[in-house]
This record gives sequence, structure tokens and C-alpha cells, in this order.
Amino acid sequence: MSTSSPAIEVEQLVREFRKGPRAVDHIDLSVSPGEIYGFLGPNGAGKSTTVLMLTTLLPPTSGRATVGGYDVVKQGAQVRASIGAALQEAALDPILTGREHVNLQATLQGLAKADRKRRADELLERVGLTEAADRRVGGYSGGMKRRLDLALALVHRPRLLFLDEPTTGLDPQSRSAVWDEVARLAHDEGITVFLTTQYLEEADVLADRVGIIDLGRIVAEGTPAQLKAQIGSPSVEVTPVEQDAGERLAELLARFGELRQNGRGSVTVQLPGGESELAEVVRVLDQAGLRVELLQLHQPSLDDVFLAKTGRKLEGAGEEVEEEPAGRGRRLRRRGR
Amino acid sequence: MVADVSLFQQVSAVAHRSVTRTLRQRGLLVFPVLFPLILFAINGSALSAATHIHGFPVSNYRDFALALPFIQGALFVSISAGTDLARDVETGFFNRLALTPLRGSALLVGQLGGAFVVASIQSIVYLLVGIATGVGIRAGVGGAVVLLALSTLISFGFACLGCLIALRFGSGEAVQGIFPLLFVLVFLSSSSLPRNLIKTDWFREVATYNPVSYLIEGVRSLIITGWDGEALALGFGFAAALAVIALALAERAMRTRLVRT
Amino acid sequence: MSRFLYVTKGVAWRSIHNTIVSPAILLPSIIFPLFFLVAFAGGLSRIADIPNFDYRPGYTAFQFVFVFLQSAAFGGVFTGFAVARDFDSGFARRLLLSAPQRSGIVAGYVIGALLRWFITGSVVTIAALIAGMNVFGSGIDLVGLLGLGIAMNFAAALWACGLAMFLRTEQAGALIQMPVFVLLFLAPVYVPVHLLTGWIHAVARYNPVTVALDAGRGLLAGSPIRVALAFALLAGAALVLAVFARRGLASAERAG
Repeated sequence: MSTSSPAIEVEQLVREFRKGPRAVDHIDLSVSPGEIYGFLGPNGAGKSTTVLMLTTLLPPTSGRATVGGYDVVKQGAQVRASIGAALQEAALDPILTGREHVNLQATLQGLAKADRKRRADELLERVGLTEAADRRVGGYSGGMKRRLDLALALVHRPRLLFLDEPTTGLDPQSRSAVWDEVARLAHDEGITVFLTTQYLEEADVLADRVGIIDLGRIVAEGTPAQLKAQIGSPSVEVTPVEQDAGERLAELLARFGELRQNGRGSVTVQLPGGESELAEVVRVLDQAGLRVELLQLHQPSLDDVFLAKTGRKLEGAGEEVEEEPAGRGRRLRRRGR
Repeated sequence: MVADVSLFQQVSAVAHRSVTRTLRQRGLLVFPVLFPLILFAINGSALSAATHIHGFPVSNYRDFALALPFIQGALFVSISAGTDLARDVETGFFNRLALTPLRGSALLVGQLGGAFVVASIQSIVYLLVGIATGVGIRAGVGGAVVLLALSTLISFGFACLGCLIALRFGSGEAVQGIFPLLFVLVFLSSSSLPRNLIKTDWFREVATYNPVSYLIEGVRSLIITGWDGEALALGFGFAAALAVIALALAERAMRTRLVRT
Repeated sequence: MSRFLYVTKGVAWRSIHNTIVSPAILLPSIIFPLFFLVAFAGGLSRIADIPNFDYRPGYTAFQFVFVFLQSAAFGGVFTGFAVARDFDSGFARRLLLSAPQRSGIVAGYVIGALLRWFITGSVVTIAALIAGMNVFGSGIDLVGLLGLGIAMNFAAALWACGLAMFLRTEQAGALIQMPVFVLLFLAPVYVPVHLLTGWIHAVARYNPVTVALDAGRGLLAGSPIRVALAFALLAGAALVLAVFARRGLASAERAG
């Protein structure tokens, strides 16, 4: 795979199941080497099905995809050799220890015996599991399991990493630890990361580019900033100390952009020039001697993007149950997990 | 550096995991050993009056009854091997393995490694308990060795059956669901009386066509008869047939389940 | 009293309803006893040719009584599994929260067990009659046999419910089942007690299940023996196990 060709390229990819709607419906996407691509959508959108196809565990119904320069259908073995994957379930054996998991993975991936122990020590330290390495995984917390899962995906030093909802169900501290590691992998080691998530914040914080998928189709794609800018500009909400100063407040702020009265003297004004106009707003209010109780900047969110594109909010949109791919033995997915 | 992994290495890695898991779950070792022995103790004594039936081959019912624990143990091996594999499918661990260069055949054979260990331990315990309670092995020390080999082959065959169900249906419940069927097969056999002494015609017919009868009789022949070529041939034959057929079907089910492009 | 009754009724209704609508629960509870009847009466019928096997109605009837009482006992045991499942799923907490008279919960489970066993017991009886079982007992004798089954079912259900409430997990299944299984099989299952030899003869002589089996077989043969003793033992066991079950309920209440 050359540095100029995409790390992942998908053309008109489709996956249909015998019973049920099309899980993935003619999607196109392209991921550059070293990029973190966030695949954002509610439960049942088709995220995991896409990941299963790109990781060669599910054949597409039609369309084409290459991962690491290899065709996912015709060159499955080469694809698997060049990727690491932490799928939706942590998929660990509760009876084995963390170290035994890494050893097993390393053996199956063909690492030389001398390299296995070194690699195990290195990975376990990197994910902060050195002390727990010789304890059975059944006693691990959710965060520890996810970290081990990540370590296992990295055993054979892949250039591409697929992470299917890696922080679902984790506490904020564990989530933050996973984010830090993912960012480091991409930015320091140049690993391409394809990350699926239903969390806006995760896509916003981590991803270089985001693809929003709903009902099997990509409805929007771009950097988080680009996507949000498509929807609208930021706005600022101002609440004066004296309620009857509302009229004067509105007069002062009308010059910036579209105004909305919120009641009790509070006003929200659009900032078409962007959040850099906030300083000017503050200066105007200060010059006018208007005392302000609350001043809050509102940015459009990816949820607003989703709402604009689909007519529904992303958070709370996952009412559907994701179709269980035939023969896979995966549990049905429910909203909110 | 990542190198091609040989089939032997893959089988070893999976077998190591299977054996480790088995040995760490003592409950899975103790119950399948204990339960058949409890039944052996009870039936060995409760049915001792059966030796008064004209034509009964031995004077001590325990000699007759010792063959049954080996078959019952095989059923437990079948369930635990199948349940283990089904759990891997259900939890997604199967997908993790599918993403490595692991061959499907290596996964299956390696998984059966744990079953082999359990089967061997069980068989040895049953034999030792039988001898300790006064059962004599007519075929001698050599016969005892052959008995262990036959018993292990039977367990292996049933383990393949358990794995087949696990791979075909991908659920532990499906594996547990075959237990009653196997249990019925064991009862509708010559497990309690020799086939020629079963009075009820239809029951005798069923026992005659039931392959489990020949598995039991193969094991039993070494204990109460000595070297009975026909019984051994049928016992080994049916055990091998079960193993080969179940393994072949399990292999096919593995290929379907381990769908990778 | 009325609160006790309607809690009992509600829990018993759920128990019988869930059994009827779930073939996975109903069928095994019917098929297994039928299968034992077939396997024992069919496979071991030659036992009746043993010298001194002198049970007049024959081997099918001899085994029928065992299977009848065994199905009653295991009907009670399966209720314990259901109770344990309710704790694992959290439904038991719902019952504890909503029932104004909580001992009605135990009573409901036990009544549910009995109602379920009526289905199994009827099927087993019909199957035995179709197989040509001889019945020499009078109507009153047969009612007595039914009474033994009911008492056995009560005792086993109280044991199972009590233990399930103490342990509150499905993994208690083996612990619930094993003592009942062992008690049943350390009794004259295959031959009358006077034909048993060795250690099992000694154990069976003092096993209360032996008394119940002897009484049941006597009633079916029209020659009742030890019936009063059998009922006294089963009633005594039920009383003790009712206290055990109540303590189990209290343990579950304390655990919250």
C-alpha cells in the first residue's frame, strides 16, 4: 500500500440479509493512511455490518472494498494480516489470563517465540495491564477488558485498526484512556483507525473525519468542523441581570445577526462570523454598561447535523434492533446497550 | 516478524487453551466423574438381584454395570466440549480467532484437546473405582489398556457430536438440548440387561438397532468375557464411525461458521 | 387471609400459565417420566422372573408407582428451578415488592407445582394403562395413591423453593436436584426391598421414600401396607420443609 493510495476504499458496498431491510445500502467512503475515520450512527444504522465486511468476516452482497490495498473479497487473508480489530463484543475468554490471551493471539498470528514474550510485556504495559496480566479475565473490569481487547488487536503490528464502538459501556476515565491511546496510535505511529461509535463526543474529539450513517446509507461526511459549519453558525445566549433590560440588549446585539428573544429578558443571537465574534459581543455589552448574568456560547453539534440530514436526533435515534448476521451467533443489539 | 504458522502450531495453541480451560474449571471435571460413579454404586447394588435371572452372564452385577459409567462420562464430555465451543461463538471469541490465520480444522481439533484430557481422566477414574470395588477385568492388564482406548475413542466421538451441534446452531442451549436425546439412547440399550434377556420385544428390537448397545457391549466384553473379537470389532467400529462422521460434519459446519472471504 | 389467597392464586396462575405456553418447559416434564416408565418397565421387565419377586399386579405396575412418585418429586424440584430463575432475572424482587402477604408467594409456587404435576401424573397414568398395567386397588386405594403423590410433590416443592430462596441463583439447580435424586434412587426402584442386598438394602430399609413406595405399590395392588406411616412421614417432611421454605423467604426478604 503506497502512502498516496487510500488505506480503505469502499465503492457502492451493499449488504442484504435474507430477512429484513438492507443493512448497508450502497455506501462509498475513503480513508487516508494515518487518518482516524469516525463512523457515527445510531444502533441499527449499519456500522457494525460495515466493519464486519471490511474485516472480511461477512461477505458483501455487492460492491467493492479494499483495505490496505487488498480486496476484501478476493484477498481476505492479506487483509486480515494487515489489520487489527477490536469488535463490538470484547470477546475474551474469562478463564484465561490477560497474558495468556496475548500469547495465544501472538502464536496464532505467527510471531516468533522469542518475540512473543517481549511483545506481550510491551503491549500489556502500554495498556496499563501489567499488574493484572496474570489474573483471569473474568475478574477484569469493563475498562480493563477493552484495553486488553485493544492490545490483542495490536499484537501483530497492523497498519490498520478497526474499532467497533470501543468505549460503549465504559466509565469516563476508561473512555478517556482509550481515546488517548487511539489518538497516540494514529498520530505517533501513523496507524489508520476506522472507528465506529454512537457517541457524538467521541467522533467530535477523536476523528479527523466523520461519516454519518443512518439506515445503511452515509448521510454526511467531512471533518467535524465542516459538518457543523454546514448546519449553521454558532450562537450566543445572553441573559441580563435586570429582566427589563431585554429590549436594550436586543437593540445592542441586533447588528451581529439573527436574534431570538428567549423570555425574561434573555436573547440569543447568531454569529455568522463565527465564535471569534464573541469578543466583540462582550466589548459591546461592556461599553454599553449592561450587566450580564449569563453569557453562553452554543456550537452546532453533530447531533444537529444528524437532525438536519435525517429529521431525527442521533441521541435517542437507536430504537431499531440491529439485524443479526446469519450464522454469526452475535447477540441482538438493543438501544443503549 | 510474522511468519506462516504451521497446522501443528495452530492445533497446539488451541489445544493448550482448551486443556487450560478444562483444568481450571474443576466443577466440569468433578461432576461428570462423580455422577456416573454414584449411579454405578446405586445400580450395582440395587440391581444385584438381576444376576438370579436364568442366563445372566455374571454373578456380580457390578461387573456387568461398570461399562455404563464410561458411556455416561462420554455424554458429559460431549456436552462440555460443545458448550465451550458454543460459548466462543456466542461471545464473539470465534470472530477473534477468525481474524487470525487459524485454519478451521486446527480450531476444531485443538478444541477437542480439552475433551480428550477430560475423557482420559474420567476413564482412568472409572476403571480404578471399578477395580477397587471388586470388579475384575477378565481381559487382564492388556484388556484394561484396550478398554481405556475404546472409552477414550467413544468420548472423542461424542465430543465431535457436541462440537457439531455447537457449530451448526451456535448456541449452548442447543448443545444442552441434545443431552436428553443421548440419555434416552443410553437407556434404550443393553445398559441394564444383556440384550438376549430383555423380555419386552420392542425394547429388545430397539436395543439391537441402537449403536450405543454395541459401544457398551464392547467395553463390557473386556470386563466380563475377556477377548471377544466380535464385541470389540463392533464397539470400536461404531465408536470410530461416530467419531469419523461427527468430525466430518463438524468440519463442514466449521467451514460454514468460519466464513471469511 | 384473603391477601394470602390472592397472592397464592396470582403466583400459581403465572406458574401454570408459563408452563402451558412454553413447550420447552412442559414437554420435558412430561417426556422424562414417560421415558423412565418405558425404560424401566420395558427394559427391565425380566426382573419379574426373579425368584421371590411376588408383586401381583406385575412389573409395569411396580415401576409405575416409582415413576408416579418420582414425577411428583421432580415436579416439585423443577419449581425450585423456576424460583431460582426468577431471582436471577429480578422478577422475584418484583413479587416481593408487590405481594402484600409474602408467604402467599411460596404457597403460590407450591400450588403451581401441584397443578403442573397433575398434567404429568395424568399422562404417565394413561400411558401405563395403555401399556396394560394391572390395577387391583379399589377407588379409595387409588385416591390414596394420588394422595401420596400430592404429599410427595408438596414436600419436594417446599424443599426446592426453600433452597432456591436461600441461594437465589440458577446455579443452585444441581444442589436442589441431587438430594432428591439420591433419596429416590436409594429406595427399592427396580426390585422390592426384600430382594435388595448389600449396603443398599441397609439404606433402603430406613429411607422414608421406601415407605412411600411400599405404600403406593400396596395401594395399587389392593393390599395397602404402611399407608398411615407413609402419610405421616410425608406430612412431617412437608411441615419441616414448610418452615425451611419460610426461612428461605425471610432470607430473600433480608437480601432485598
